[in-house]
Amino acid sequence: MLSIDRAIVDAIVAHARRDHPDEACGVVAGPTGSDLATRHIPMENAARSMTFYEFDSMEQLRVWREMDDRDEAPVVIYHSHTATEAYPSRTDVSFAGEPDAHYLLVSTREPDSEEIRSFRIVAGVVTEETVRILDAGVDPHAVQSYMFGQSPATVDYECSGR
Amino acid sequence: MAIEVRIPTILRSHTGGAKIVEGAGDTLGALFTDLDSRHDGLKGRLVTDTGALHRFVNVYVNDEDVRFLGALEAKLNDGDSVTILPAVAGGAPGFAAMAAPRGLRAGSPPVR
Repeated sequence: MLSIDRAIVDAIVAHARRDHPDEACGVVAGPTGSDLATRHIPMENAARSMTFYEFDSMEQLRVWREMDDRDEAPVVIYHSHTATEAYPSRTDVSFAGEPDAHYLLVSTREPDSEEIRSFRIVAGVVTEETVRILDAGVDPHAVQSYMFGQSPATVDYECSGR
Repeated sequence: MAIEVRIPTILRSHTGGAKIVEGAGDTLGALFTDLDSRHDGLKGRLVTDTGALHRFVNVYVNDEDVRFLGALEAKLNDGDSVTILPAVAGGAPGFAAMAAPRGLRAGSPPVR
């Protein structure tokens, strides 16, 4: 399960909307080993494309170094799909190289609502997980959970190719 | 000569969990061959069957992306620091996505 503050989800959605119809991408860092997503880092989509995203390699080096220096890990790696559902594509699965990360996908295909889903992607196997959105400053126990059930929770594309 | 190599989480199964290993070689390709002699299978995760740098990884010598330094031909010197990161990329389903991300980038060296 991914637990994440509403303020960070809102910032990710705003980033995805801002870059729509191009795909948006980024990271939420958090203390190593904590599984807490605390620091939102929007990244440049070097592909600047409606159907692809790719971190700029130099920006990625800088951000990964910074996380290392702060004893942080990429807890969430997110990107948007702008015309399709928020489900990892085969390409997403092929590239998924952070086995401890939550892969968060946002679909902006509907103009006034977003689909937000989270996945673990390990060795080519996609497992959907619940997203628990925390409303900080309200009631810490008042949470909303999302789990969209239209796709199987686990899919093995058998194409990790590694 | 000793070159420090930083290994990402996903490849640490090849280094007994080590985050930093040392190796030797006068080019990046030679370094990977040297590393593979002690860290079995590591080279196969970095270099394709056809002998090109795998696109699932980004490799940096000091602070430069090796794709702009000749990739596996990039020259190394004693004391250099090599960093390997997983490339972060992907995209929407239903497109010829596998070929596109690197190809779209202006100035990328051709894939060999």
